Amino acid sequence: MERLTNRSKIVSDKKMTFLEKIYLPAILSGIRITIKHMFKKHATVRYPEKTREFSEIYRGMHVLKRDDKGAERCTACGLCAVSCPAEAITMEAAERKKGEENLYREEKYAAKYEINMLRCIFCGLCEEACPKEAIFLTDRIVTTDYGRDSFIYGKDKLVEPVDARIDVTKRQTPEVLEFKQHKKLSHNR
Amino acid sequence: MTLLLFKVILILAVFAISLFMAAYSTYAERKVAAFMQDRLGPDRAGPFGILQPLADGLKLFMKEEITPEVSNKFLFVLGPSLFMITALMTGVVIPWGDLINIDGINYSLQITDVNIGILYVFGVVSIGVYGIMIGGWASNNKFSLLGAIRASAQMISYEVAMGLSIIALVMMTGTLSLKEICEYQAGGVGGNWNFWNVVYQPLSFLIFIICAFAECNRAPFDLPECETELVGGYHTEFSSMKLGLYLFAEYINMFISSAIMATLFFGGYNFPFMHDLGLSQNAITIIGTGVLFGKIIFFIFFFMWIRWTIPRFRYDQLMNLGWKGLLPLAIGNLLITGLFILLNNRG
Repeated sequence: MERLTNRSKIVSDKKMTFLEKIYLPAILSGIRITIKHMFKKHATVRYPEKTREFSEIYRGMHVLKRDDKGAERCTACGLCAVSCPAEAITMEAAERKKGEENLYREEKYAAKYEINMLRCIFCGLCEEACPKEAIFLTDRIVTTDYGRDSFIYGKDKLVEPVDARIDVTKRQTPEVLEFKQHKKLSHNR
Repeated sequence: MTLLLFKVILILAVFAISLFMAAYSTYAERKVAAFMQDRLGPDRAGPFGILQPLADGLKLFMKEEITPEVSNKFLFVLGPSLFMITALMTGVVIPWGDLINIDGINYSLQITDVNIGILYVFGVVSIGVYGIMIGGWASNNKFSLLGAIRASAQMISYEVAMGLSIIALVMMTGTLSLKEICEYQAGGVGGNWNFWNVVYQPLSFLIFIICAFAECNRAPFDLPECETELVGGYHTEFSSMKLGLYLFAEYINMFISSAIMATLFFGGYNFPFMHDLGLSQNAITIIGTGVLFGKIIFFIFFFMWIRWTIPRFRYDQLMNLGWKGLLPLAIGNLLITGLFILLNNRG
């Protein structure tokens, strides 16, 4: 069989030589290795002072996007909830009333939209399933807490504020954008 | 200044320094471990985390103290106290420095120069086993008892080889007093120069340091408290400062055995060229004490270095090494040393 790497060693149960038996040379080579590591660069990142650089397509806390005019994109179709393997998403739909056109983009909207962050596995399938480009995962981190209840994030935490938009353009690579030019997806625009 | 006052100050100083060294050994242990594993270690309490031992000590004091219902209350308290007391007692005979001259009177920087110094150390260290044994027994817990039995069996086995390795040294120097052994190695290239004892007795030193690892219950011989097999070993049931005393005393033991190793084999407070630089007596003494502490710190570092390098021995391997490896080796070393002394005296 062809070997994947040449790092594997063939072991045998041959009798140990005298030097191996007294164990001291092995200890010496061991302490040489550990002392070398003392002067190596540390792998630690001092977290609060320094943050590790995130990938542009990091899958962190979700955001519910608004369109250019500031209306919520989500139409409460429930595809994200269906696609969610952890069953973390629940929502309640409602009908848009007259005079709310600037709040909700289409006739139906999510009156309640909740993600249980303890259940969520941040796989990004909701983002993939969304036909309205309403939900995205971002590079923000879900903060810690003592209780469980506070981890059920409602619309107050998920919907992006009008005056503090969250940039998700980096997630949309040229390939994705090109794919979305397809006629079938024209309702997104 | 009377002799009594000087001794009291010296005793307090040695006591404080022992505790200080033990506290900062815990810090150093974590730092060394971290650095050897490419990490940073504690660095939040104060600059570089140097206040960490204080925080740890405070934490131990504030913790709830639990005494198990079924334990023997008196022995449960006696165990850690005894371990701590014996750990602190050994510092008495170690010469921390040469004579220091205050107002024309020479004071020795050694609390007491017992003429059986090294024997005293062995005696006190043996009592330390009782601290572990009593603590483990009083806990009324199987894991504690197993840990205690392991600890005492290990310490008794290794004391034999340790004692024999020292006898070779004692035969060579002809004294049991740590002060005299130290003076025997008085350094200085020039008129009267001596090598450190480690040059004459390397095998004895090797046996001694291995036994010291076992006596201090340090890795690779930390079987009495091996977490993977015995929960916490003999101190499983202990909490708060009682646990603190056990852990602390272990570090004091490490400090003291480093001091003894430095004194017996590495010249103690002596340093090369000490009589050839034209320094005053007090300067020599103070530098000598500094040098001794340098050696001690190196040995403490060496203890940690080994701990984070070598995996733990199996119990049968430990006993094999002690009885079948080190003991015959120590006896052989003894015979060879005797032969050399005999031949030297003839010629």
